Amino acid sequence: MKIHEYQGKEILRQFGVPTPRGKACFSVDEAVLAAQDLGATVWVVKAQIHAGGRGKGGGVKVARSLEEVRLAAEQILGMQLVTHQTGHEGQRVRRLLVEEGAQIAREFYLGMVIDRDAQRVALLASSEGGMEIEEVAMHSPEKIHTLRIDPLAGLRADEAAQVARQIGIPEASVAGTVIVLQGLYRAFVEKEAMLAEINPLVLTADGHVLALDAKFNFDSNALFRHPEIVAFRDLDEEDPAEIEASKFDLSYISLDGDIACLVNGAGLAMATMDIIKLYGGNPANFLDVGGGASREKVTEAFKLMLKNPNLKAILVNIFGGIMKCDVIAEGIVAAVREVHLNVPLVVRLEGTNVELGKMILAESGLPIISASDMAEAAEKVVAAARGN
Amino acid sequence: MSILIDKNTRVITQGMTGKVGQFHTSNCIAYANGANCFVAGVTPNKGGQRFEGVPIYDSVLEAKQQTGATVSVIYVPPAYAAAAIDEAVEADLDLVICITEGIPVHDMLRTRYRMAGRRTLLIGPNCPGLITPDELKIGIMPGHIHKKGRIGVVSRSGTLTYEAVGQLTALGLGQSSCVGIGGDPINGLKHLDVLRLFNDDPETDAVIMVGEIGGSDEEACARWIRDNMQKPVVGFIAGVTAPPGKRMGHAGAIISGGQGGADAKLAVMEECGIHITRNPAEMGSVMQKVLKG
Repeated sequence: MKIHEYQGKEILRQFGVPTPRGKACFSVDEAVLAAQDLGATVWVVKAQIHAGGRGKGGGVKVARSLEEVRLAAEQILGMQLVTHQTGHEGQRVRRLLVEEGAQIAREFYLGMVIDRDAQRVALLASSEGGMEIEEVAMHSPEKIHTLRIDPLAGLRADEAAQVARQIGIPEASVAGTVIVLQGLYRAFVEKEAMLAEINPLVLTADGHVLALDAKFNFDSNALFRHPEIVAFRDLDEEDPAEIEASKFDLSYISLDGDIACLVNGAGLAMATMDIIKLYGGNPANFLDVGGGASREKVTEAFKLMLKNPNLKAILVNIFGGIMKCDVIAEGIVAAVREVHLNVPLVVRLEGTNVELGKMILAESGLPIISASDMAEAAEKVVAAARGN
Repeated sequence: MSILIDKNTRVITQGMTGKVGQFHTSNCIAYANGANCFVAGVTPNKGGQRFEGVPIYDSVLEAKQQTGATVSVIYVPPAYAAAAIDEAVEADLDLVICITEGIPVHDMLRTRYRMAGRRTLLIGPNCPGLITPDELKIGIMPGHIHKKGRIGVVSRSGTLTYEAVGQLTALGLGQSSCVGIGGDPINGLKHLDVLRLFNDDPETDAVIMVGEIGGSDEEACARWIRDNMQKPVVGFIAGVTAPPGKRMGHAGAIISGGQGGADAKLAVMEECGIHITRNPAEMGSVMQKVLKG
């Protein structure tokens, strides 16, 4: 689960990481008032959306008077902010962060991830602040310093100081950077994040270190014990179809194709998308109905797929193991009757009671195109989507 | 022969009295030698009771001491599952298979840290389990699609494993053992560990390796195969069409920071001599061709 920058900074401050003073605002007037309260001479008005690359897209502006703050807030609030992470339509800006400006001497990068190979939390640090870390990794990997952290000892002060020196923090500011690094690590572990980034971490003209940005992604499997993180959830930033799916415990991700698919199991669902593409079609979604695909779940899944205005055909691919094919077939028939299907439907059933399942589909009188394996299913659904 | 388990394995079920545990324990007992192999259940505070004739104990250690079991399977809910693995490791079992999906990653980090230097192997979490056809099934896979034979199967996914197995069986190619290593980012045995076991197993002739996007385990395994594997390997990677930055159902199935994409994995696998297919419907038929030479 992702959160906004201002929320991330709130978490960082709880763990002793210094950030610029600032306030989240939901209207232009609020932004001007906030700027007034902060009492600075330079302010930064920042669009709050979950995607990165906001600066390049025009979502971050520096203001040198309250009038400029008003102007910036008017321009940013309500805009469709397009960045490399939002897609073509962009994301509508509904919240702003107004901060006092910082006197930046140098910028650095700090990141924390779960290192799958080492099975540890890894700290990534670089002298190349403000850039995408992927770009740094591609062009100058030697500038990224990685430290895998012992979960028992945590991030030790001497290790943190060494990392600070490696990325070129001047000696006078090393102690301040250790506080930032240890705070970031404790926030990462205690709040159970999957990813955390401070990019940039800035060194100010007077030698202070400040987190100028904050990005967090939390483990959704751990949210049950972090109501304070759940409270940060902003549904405006999420795909409505994915929110709807999560209510029914369906795992759904929108894609830009026109052939919807409904599958049991994540791996098979990905493979089904892949085979649609392989046979010349374009998958419209990832949809895993899980192991216990009840009639209700299948019906909700159909409703979700049918909401897609580009939809041309649907492929259901079920390998019934513990779930029996006849039960699934009944679910499909009931769902199709309920939702008024207006596109071709190809169904491939395999596994326990498959013959019974196929019979139920055939006897339903519904225009269901049956397929006996994945290849045939893909071929038929691609043809059906093309109107053949 | 087979890998990891056979008809002589004795198994403890942790979380046997829950709804999921009961259902799958019944199925596992009904499969092949299950009735002899599933010798104990563990549910705290339910010691002394029985389920389908299998005695329940309060702790893994007690169950092990009373029955001589060396393997456990876990159906405990996600919030408690990592602690259940810890308990099995503390009891020095040979192998723990964790079926549970949705365990917090930081729990698994701590559990894997505690496992360092211990003898216990872990399969999963978030996996279907493993099966040696006609001998023993430990997990949630449908037993009847399997057929005893000489092909090994290892996969990060559940139903996609069934797909591979179903294709093999339809072509008359039986399996030595099938191992689901699970879809989580922090887990126990990796593809490489399982390939090593299949390489050493005299009754396995060839292996199907099914991977998916995320991480770099498949690449590491491919390099090991290039240098060490004596048997042909057929490979498929799910998620060629998956967009970056999105978690595709499995917690570990995510392309992040330009890493873990399916095309890159397939390229490394092909370079390393693995017979790759981009068509998930052809895993079995590619294996058949490879075996015919």
